[in-house]
Amino acid sequence: MVNIQIQNDPAFDLLSVSGEIDASSSIELDDAIISAVATPTTKLIVDLSGLDYISSAGLGVFISHLEDIQQKGKRLVLFGLKEKVFEVFRILGLEQIITIVHSKEDAIQI
Amino acid sequence: MIYKLSISCSKDNLAKVRTFVEDALLQNQVGELDIHKLVLAVDEVCANLIIHSNHCDKRHRIEIQVNMEPQQVIFSIKDRGIFFDFAAYQEPSMEEVVSSKRKGGVGLMLVKRIMDKIEFATEKNYNICRLTKKFNS
Repeated sequence: MVNIQIQNDPAFDLLSVSGEIDASSSIELDDAIISAVATPTTKLIVDLSGLDYISSAGLGVFISHLEDIQQKGKRLVLFGLKEKVFEVFRILGLEQIITIVHSKEDAIQI
Repeated sequence: MIYKLSISCSKDNLAKVRTFVEDALLQNQVGELDIHKLVLAVDEVCANLIIHSNHCDKRHRIEIQVNMEPQQVIFSIKDRGIFFDFAAYQEPSMEEVVSSKRKGGVGLMLVKRIMDKIEFATEKNYNICRLTKKFNS
């Protein structure tokens, strides 16, 4: 089960994702990102500090939106990943193409 | 030690698969980070079989067996759906996956990087996927 909260700030959109993202729940992340990408802000910040599990279905959602986010002049920044979740991104080298930082403050300032 | 689980082909059962694999590995003192990766690999294969080989048909079943051995663990995943031709699988580059904007395509990439050996075969009247991980690798 995944829980996603969306907060719209004038400067950025913040998605707070908690729980587990697998093939049965990734559609909820997809819907939230589609919604956030459509706003006029220039940054999409995703808080993954409450995320305990992500499978390829969740990674695929992030990957599938990378080009659209870039084309809209936005920047995607993830923060707060637990070691085990970061490891899943690292296995595929995604930390090279997605900005991942430690804290919300880092994500806002970057 | 051998552990077995049988599930119907519903994506809702993936959480049950993860709990089953995690419990089996926890009972055998496997480290937390390794458990997470092995759970992920089995989840990825089961998700592929449920979605692509069995079209989420709940009348179909998948059987998962965990064989804990001193130096390795072997996951055997059986189904009777459409056979996946692993020999014909060509891994896309990450650039191709990104530019295609598709949401799938990285599950097997994860499995290949986590496991030491991946085998897909047809035996009698079922398909079987065997994933092997050596503990010191």
